[in-house]
Amino acid sequence: MDTPLIRIRDLCKAYTRGDQSIPVLAGITFDIAAGEFLALIGPSGSGKSTLLNLIAGIDTADSGQILVGDTDIVTLSEGELADWRSGHVGFIFQFYNLIPVLTALENVELPLLLTSLTRHERREHAAHALDAVGLSDRLDHRPNQLSGGQQQRVAIARAIVADPDIIVADEPTGDLDRVSAQDILHLMDRLNTELGKTIIMVTHDQRAADAAHRVRSLDKGVLHVSD
Amino acid sequence: MPVPLSYSYRNLLTRRMTTVLTAGGMSLVVFVFAATLMLAEGLRQTLVSTGLPTNAVILRKGSESEVQSGIERSQASVMTTRPEIAVAPDGTAMAAREVVVLIGLPRASTGKISNAVIRGTDLKSLALRPQVRMARGREPRRGSTEVMVGKNVAKGFTGTQIGDRLRFGKREWEVVGVFDAGNTGFSSEIWADGDQVMRSFGRDAYSIVVAGLRDYGAYEAFRAGIEGDPRLTAETFRETRYYEKQSEMMAKFLRVLGVSLTIIFSLGAMIGAMITMYSAVANRVPEIGTMRALGFGRSSILAAFLAESVFLSLLGGAMGLGAAAVLNFFTFSTTNFQTFSELAFKFALTGDIILLSLGFSVFMGVLGGLPPALRASRLKIVEALREA
Amino acid sequence: MFLIRLIVKNAFRHTLRSFLTILGITVALLAFGLLRTVMDAWHMGVEASSATRLVTRNAVSLVVPLPLSYRERIRGVPGITHVSYGNWFGGIYIDEKNFFANFVVEPESYLALYPEFLIDPTQKNDFLRDRKGAIVGRKLAERFNWKVGDTVTLKGTIYPGQWEMVIRGVYDGARPDTDLTTLLFHFDYVDETMKKTSPSRSGQVGFFMLGITDPDLAGEVSRAVDDTFKNSQAETLTETEKAFQLGFVAMSEAILMAINLVSYVVILIILAVAANTMAMSVRERTAEFAVMKTLGFKGPAIASLVLGESMILSLTGTAAALALTDPLAQAFGSTLSQYFPVFAVSRETILIGLGAGVFVGLAAAALPAWRVWNTPIAESFRRIG
Repeated sequence: MDTPLIRIRDLCKAYTRGDQSIPVLAGITFDIAAGEFLALIGPSGSGKSTLLNLIAGIDTADSGQILVGDTDIVTLSEGELADWRSGHVGFIFQFYNLIPVLTALENVELPLLLTSLTRHERREHAAHALDAVGLSDRLDHRPNQLSGGQQQRVAIARAIVADPDIIVADEPTGDLDRVSAQDILHLMDRLNTELGKTIIMVTHDQRAADAAHRVRSLDKGVLHVSD
Repeated sequence: MPVPLSYSYRNLLTRRMTTVLTAGGMSLVVFVFAATLMLAEGLRQTLVSTGLPTNAVILRKGSESEVQSGIERSQASVMTTRPEIAVAPDGTAMAAREVVVLIGLPRASTGKISNAVIRGTDLKSLALRPQVRMARGREPRRGSTEVMVGKNVAKGFTGTQIGDRLRFGKREWEVVGVFDAGNTGFSSEIWADGDQVMRSFGRDAYSIVVAGLRDYGAYEAFRAGIEGDPRLTAETFRETRYYEKQSEMMAKFLRVLGVSLTIIFSLGAMIGAMITMYSAVANRVPEIGTMRALGFGRSSILAAFLAESVFLSLLGGAMGLGAAAVLNFFTFSTTNFQTFSELAFKFALTGDIILLSLGFSVFMGVLGGLPPALRASRLKIVEALREA
Repeated sequence: MFLIRLIVKNAFRHTLRSFLTILGITVALLAFGLLRTVMDAWHMGVEASSATRLVTRNAVSLVVPLPLSYRERIRGVPGITHVSYGNWFGGIYIDEKNFFANFVVEPESYLALYPEFLIDPTQKNDFLRDRKGAIVGRKLAERFNWKVGDTVTLKGTIYPGQWEMVIRGVYDGARPDTDLTTLLFHFDYVDETMKKTSPSRSGQVGFFMLGITDPDLAGEVSRAVDDTFKNSQAETLTETEKAFQLGFVAMSEAILMAINLVSYVVILIILAVAANTMAMSVRERTAEFAVMKTLGFKGPAIASLVLGESMILSLTGTAAALALTDPLAQAFGSTLSQYFPVFAVSRETILIGLGAGVFVGLAAAALPAWRVWNTPIAESFRRIG
């Protein structure tokens, strides 16, 4: 087997509420291979979203390592993390989190502002990404003119437009009807198989978990292998 | 069924930052509003308390103030022999002929020259003004070039301490005492011997005659006697009325200035309240839908949001009044337009001003809160719930 | 460009709120501009005064007169070209609220000292010949609708009685800051009446107005005049007309200071309103900013979005206010011309207004921008989730 893309070692994270310290992740160790489609499941409060946030570099760990390639992202500063995210991670959220005043095209273009692409190239890439999710006829629509499923597809286009290696998804089907959910899962599967993206998804939804290639469950901050 | 008031004020507590900013804007408006009214009131109180109701002041007809007035010696002796005038223990009439001139003195704070009143007094001047008491030093000797200064003069002008020498009217005058006339216009004056003042300024006429009447009711007869006398071209006033008149122009100016400023300023504060309340309504659309569904009527919703806005403005009003109340401890000193002389007075916070200020802030709250509250009350239940 | 478009779109996302905020800023800065213009108008008399005119008054105080007999001795001081004299008359026209400045002067020499008073030669002649004649400034004439030939009666305050006079001329100003709200009439008219009714007060003037050959001589001439009367019955104080006017302004200093202070309070009021708008905008957009951070945008970029939005609102309001200040000041000035002969918005006022607008934009954004900059992403999501 190849060297894993992501190696997580003894990862710990606790939140403080008042003067109490509540452990969320209690020393997690596991690997994620390049090209994997992994689902993290578990009851609410199990720490799965926290784990996802840590892997995605939008939250900071108390101790442990997250090695992505040769980089331990736990040691990166906030600014370095931001640069790292823009190059390596694409995000899909439960509530899509599109910017309401921007069109679909502009929303997808947004992450490209952080690259050195020209305006023309940006537009081209964004249009291409929207085309890939089947929305080439919705470029100039605002989020509130789109259905939930369409909005989530715009969000997926935004996630892949900068060509990251890793895509993290937090309950991507949580706010969608069955048909749209199926649609989105199918799209994610294509990202994984056709484009070779490593996908890490947190979900409650059994159908979503079934779509993944590997499932790991978290309970009370401890990881269980369930496949 | 009314929505409980606690709903309205708890919502203010929840969004603290916005509440503080909005109320803060309003408090500044109320502060300016209250401060100018306090200034006008302080000026009025100072001048009104300067006079005694049983004293009458006689000026030359048509003169606006004692500085412009002039009364010839012969006329003055006619005036002081009126039967309505009380008799002093020594058997003479309780009346004083005084001469009033302005001199320029450097102000302690800025070094700039301001006008101070020199009152050339008569034997009975002090007896006619029981509110004047010696604070330090002694009274000037009659017939000498000694002076005593009011406490505000001692505080506000340089070179006016006991032992200092003032130079005016070609002579040097030694300060021998400081007197306290409380919160009255006299505290801003310098008193010297009347004959000496007239001699050094080369004046032949008195400025005014002050008469202590036998009783309050004797005034009308006195006035009729003076103003009806063909030998005299004089006007009489009750002393209280005379000083109140001195404050009118200035107090009116302050009031007009203050009120017009606050009206313009309140536009800004009302807009602030409107923004806050519109946002409050927008953020709580599902909540409003729920309450409507529970059975609260449109008017209850309207009242609840209006109450929230009024609470907000009352908070602002209270903050503004609190800041204005601190001004109570400050003395303001400016030139009175009518006499051209420097007058020190305190900001005065009265019950009326408190009520007016709070009324004004409620007014801002209602005006600013009404459009958003109307919007809240007009929401359709189903649509409001759907936004949840 | 992309980010600027995003900022503009954000600024007008809540149309009503943006409109109200801009309106608030406009109203406040208009008030600020007007207040400053009022204060400028107050000081304007000083600016308009000539450096070649000196005023001699009693050293004791303005209201103590000088003997007219001083005139010849003043004329003897070298460097002086003209000597005129007069007094503040302080007359009331019908009612106290009709206040305007009125002086009794020696007309021929006074007009010679004031070349900026432009008056028709025939009218001027009529005025000089008629002992009961008066001239008035154009604005004053318009205010009371006075025409040449009208009879006006003033009630004396310093000089008792009813004083009847005939308007013989209306003067205009050679410069925009010339005071056109004054009434002038003959000193002799008043003085001769005083001779009969109150002899002790005749032959007394309130001031001498001196013309000098060269403004550089002002200090020297002033000293020479005052030295002439040292240790006499009435010592004099001579100063330039400018210093004399400043003395008037200084009297109302406390009020001016209060107005000055209050003009900045209005900026604070509007700052509170703008800061509130920004705080609400940012709070509502917590999730959006978190998403942008997630995508890799850093604190400064996000903060500049907030700042830019605040600046757009503030500067739009400021621009509207600055554009409206002058027309409003004109309207204001014509109703207040009785108090302020000149009412013009200065460049400085415009610049300070602009500065205040920028300040409000920056300060209103400061706290919200700092917050979005520093709030960790995970916490933002938690707050909405």
